[in-house]
Amino acid sequence: MDLIWDGVSEAFRLIFGGDKEVAEIVLLTLRVSATATVLATLIGVPIGAVLGVWQFKGRGVLISIVNTGMGAPPVVVGLVVMILLWRSGVLGGLHILYTPWAMVFAQALIALPIVIGFSMAAIAQIDPAFRQQMLALGASRSQALWIMVIEARLAILAAVMAGFGAVISEVGAVMMVGGNIKGETRVLTTATVLESNRGEFGTAIALGTILLTLTFLVIAALTIVQQRARIR
Amino acid sequence: MTTKVDVDSGSVSWSRVIRLWLALIAMVAITLGAVSCGDSQSSDVILATTTSTYDTGLLDMLLPVFEEQTGFNVKPIAVGTGKALAMGERGEADVLLVHAPAAEAKLLESGAALSRKPVMYNYFVLAGPPDDPASARAASAIQLALNWISSSGSDFISRGDDSGTHKMELSLWELAEVVPAGSWYQESGQGMGATLQIASQKAAYTLSDRATFLAQSGVLDLAIVSGRDDALLNTYSVIELNGDRFPEINVKGGKAFAEFLVSPETQAMIRDFGVEQYGEPLFITELPGRAPGTSQ
Repeated sequence: MDLIWDGVSEAFRLIFGGDKEVAEIVLLTLRVSATATVLATLIGVPIGAVLGVWQFKGRGVLISIVNTGMGAPPVVVGLVVMILLWRSGVLGGLHILYTPWAMVFAQALIALPIVIGFSMAAIAQIDPAFRQQMLALGASRSQALWIMVIEARLAILAAVMAGFGAVISEVGAVMMVGGNIKGETRVLTTATVLESNRGEFGTAIALGTILLTLTFLVIAALTIVQQRARIR
Repeated sequence: MTTKVDVDSGSVSWSRVIRLWLALIAMVAITLGAVSCGDSQSSDVILATTTSTYDTGLLDMLLPVFEEQTGFNVKPIAVGTGKALAMGERGEADVLLVHAPAAEAKLLESGAALSRKPVMYNYFVLAGPPDDPASARAASAIQLALNWISSSGSDFISRGDDSGTHKMELSLWELAEVVPAGSWYQESGQGMGATLQIASQKAAYTLSDRATFLAQSGVLDLAIVSGRDDALLNTYSVIELNGDRFPEINVKGGKAFAEFLVSPETQAMIRDFGVEQYGEPLFITELPGRAPGTSQ
């Protein structure tokens, strides 16, 4: 137990003592996971909206694929991305393995099915009569879809939060494709693993505490936005 | 997400919407990429290495010196010797720092590697519970110690991950003529640090490189029971890869790093590493004439 308390106080010292290395790790963690979440949102919400509203052939299969993806082990995603990004791999020409870009790539792939799945559910919640009405009033199919996305924006925000929460806490995939390189691809989760492997449990707990606090702050901010919008 | 849409503007063409959408994604990707991505170019040297050189902090000390001297940017990927050699075999790394001489020789034979230079040494240690239930400490040779452990029914934690230490452990069981199998023999599948912690928690024996053991001894309830055997010599070598076979690799950077490691200045730094903190060097740079006694 002492170890945990020591770790927590160490976390405060690292944050407020202005430890440069930890500050860099925190910034990179936020940057990578935020970029991945933004990409997953831009790609995932439209797909989720289409899947949630439109009826077309193969929709059931696509939804099954998305649902499988929501439960896909991140480490498998990491393995596949790593092999794709190898010099000898299909995407080797990009030369992004062991850079933050590779981590963004892997994390976006992990967040994507989550964002699609949650936004699909969010939009499917809207009363179909609403859409029929818009179409009857002369809106095009794409316009009607857009309005529904806006209508479901609070639930879609939850989709974004879920995606962000999944990627910022993920360790296996970013370890594989990032390499946990000091000052370049070391994020809070991989740094925690390293410190624990080194037997520096106090530092490991401190980094874990920072990660937890960070996740809490980001999710809390999003939740407040969500609650405010609802009151309005 | 709260952007307003002008519903009165008439019907928007669907392909235009898709094109706009793709453009938006590309724009965001490029902008964020420019911010988050460092420059990855010919100055990068990918070093695939065993975990012990990293977990002990040795590379944290050496790499900034090398980068300062040469302008290269080393990306150390600490994966264990098995995977490091596999990366070398496929040209996925620029230079290797590993410790499995037999497997290294195979890589040289295959033509994937150009040269192999020994950098440093230490001894593997057989670590176990301080009360030594198998009395392995009394064994005159490592083979005997392993025999006693297997017959005493004490647990043994193996790395089980095809690392250099795992390869060494398997060759020692062969030497001892013991087939390591049964409920007493467990594979952790993890790095040295994690495996030592498991052995410590389960009061089991394990084989470790001396450096990682010393670096972690403060948090371990384990003692060295055997470390004075020539069979336990651990040789770390730097391996340059064949640029003719893998045109993508950074041959210059790999060569510079190999030469850096064996230079007299670096060798002195390696010898001094850890002396202040642990009272003895974690790595030695001269091949010893005979095995030194343990400090325990």
